[in-house]
Amino acid sequence: MKTLEDLRAIKEKAKKEMAAREKTAKYRISVAMGTCGIAAGARTVMSAMLDEISKRNVENAMISQTGCLGYCDQEPMVQVTGPDNNTITYGKVTAEIARRIVSEHVLGDAVVSSYVFKQG
Amino acid sequence: MRELSLNILDIITNSVEAEATRVILVIEEWQTRNLLRVRIRDNGRGMSDDLMSRVLDPFVTTRTTRSVGMGLSLFRQIALSTDGDLVLQSALGVGTTVTVDLRLNHLNRPPLGRISDTVVNLAIGALDVHFYYIHHTESGRMIFDSFRLFGYMEETGCGLYQTIVPMKEKIQRQLKAIHSSAL
Ligand SMILES: Nc1ncnc2c1ncn2[C@@H]1O[C@H](COP(=O)(O)OP(=O)(O)O)[C@@H](O)[C@H]1O
Ligand SMILES: [Mg+2]
Repeated sequence: MKTLEDLRAIKEKAKKEMAAREKTAKYRISVAMGTCGIAAGARTVMSAMLDEISKRNVENAMISQTGCLGYCDQEPMVQVTGPDNNTITYGKVTAEIARRIVSEHVLGDAVVSSYVFKQG
Repeated sequence: MRELSLNILDIITNSVEAEATRVILVIEEWQTRNLLRVRIRDNGRGMSDDLMSRVLDPFVTTRTTRSVGMGLSLFRQIALSTDGDLVLQSALGVGTTVTVDLRLNHLNRPPLGRISDTVVNLAIGALDVHFYYIHHTESGRMIFDSFRLFGYMEETGCGLYQTIVPMKEKIQRQLKAIHSSAL
């Protein structure tokens, strides 16, 4: 059994690792998790991405959730920021498209162009 | 929303946006009292009395991107439809507690749904926030602590994303254990 202090130390360490990962991650993925996003299926989208990321052992990316992006009719939305700091925003993402974003965009460097809502 | 665990994700996302560093989710299921209580407590920036008095109105939000706030009022409507209610407690600079009571056996009560997805998505998606998830039933109690994730990473040498599947499975197992004798 670990004490809270131990866990805190572990978390600090992990946080540092994550900060390092964030710096070295080629792609940063964020899933919009506002009310509209969740109602439209954002949790399913995030779960599908997490599943794909863990299955394919993706090491070059970081995933996080953000709040509402303000385009409720385009939800669920996923943003992928690449090494050039260029952000691709995908709209009306399904679980299947989410998996394609991981395999094609994040692992294959090819934007899934038919679902791009906004670029730059 | 068809699952209460989606409303819970929504409410905790408010906590994350309010820059909470600690969020505690407590779910209590009491068959004998016909009560399902969901409580979310955070140490985020809190709300002023003025905002708190307006925030259950669906047309209130502090967002600038749109004029409608929904998460809290939506959850409240669901609670009211089961003869329950949603109560807010908040203090600026201290934090916020949202308590939602639903009648457990009311026809209008949505299922809890995939709470393990809600919890794991939050644990991974808001890595800086320390989450506790505590679930009580008449058969027992389970606790999930997102700090344990880091312990698990260290013990097994796994990467962060390798913890996702075992974490979800563990929560599902623990939940099953505290529901078995009630079934
Ligand atoms: N946990 C919290 N801490 C601080 N402020 C909050 C919290 N939850 C909600 N609020 C405030 O209440 C407002 C309404 O919340 P909500 O009903 O979820 O709608 P929305 O998040 O879409 O604005 C938010 O914009 C925010 O200002
Ligand atoms: Mg909200």
